[in-house]
Amino acid sequence: MTGEGIPDEMVDARVEKIRKDAEDGGYILNPDPAFVRALVAGICINEQRYGYAACPCRLASGNRGEDLDIICPCDYRDSDLNDYGACYCALYVSAGVAAGTIQAPCVPERRPARQERKKMSEGSAHVSRKESMPVWRCRVCGYLCARENPPLVCPICKASQDRFVRFM
Amino acid sequence: MQMEHVKGRRRGEIILYALSTCGWCAKTKNLLGELGVEYSYTYVDRLSPAEMEDAIREVEKYNPSGSFPTLVIDGSRVIVGFREAEIREALK
Repeated sequence: MTGEGIPDEMVDARVEKIRKDAEDGGYILNPDPAFVRALVAGICINEQRYGYAACPCRLASGNRGEDLDIICPCDYRDSDLNDYGACYCALYVSAGVAAGTIQAPCVPERRPARQERKKMSEGSAHVSRKESMPVWRCRVCGYLCARENPPLVCPICKASQDRFVRFM
Repeated sequence: MQMEHVKGRRRGEIILYALSTCGWCAKTKNLLGELGVEYSYTYVDRLSPAEMEDAIREVEKYNPSGSFPTLVIDGSRVIVGFREAEIREALK
């Protein structure tokens, strides 16, 4: 059991589900099983506490609408994988970090601070930023995605990031 | 605010703001244990709503992003995140 009464079997099952979903989508979990298990236990605790699987390394508000961006996998995972080789928690890591050739870095918080989020939710700047994302095309399978950078691995055909071209 | 005190070698007033669910917070806490220093910590996610708000404001004062772990030494030196080398250097 975790400190908050989550049965071990529930955590184990969640680890397996997260691992399978990651592998199916071309993502890699941290190579340290104990570290992964502790983070997943945190996700299970947050789900029990707040009713949604909030990031274990961030303080959730308890209001799902305010925390949509930090429900694991969070909105920032892929940008952090692209820039640092790990997500904020280092639950998800790049191939280099997984192989141990690159040290998992200390990823700075990309989520806007509380006051900035408040301002963003009051204005419309947030929406226009999202609409201006470039679109990337996987040259191998034609998968299209609108985001800052192409994924490290194509979630459809598993081609590497360098096989993507900017489509629009 | 509810703080847990850990006895050890006195290297100044050391306060760790952490989350009970966070892997890097756990690593930071383990490192402080390994260094054997005296410190106080609080798991902000486990505080009552009023205490939590106070704690968040305190963290934001030292670290505007309001992220965890935030380690504060003597109310002046602030280390955000599990920056092992920096923590070791600051507390040696």
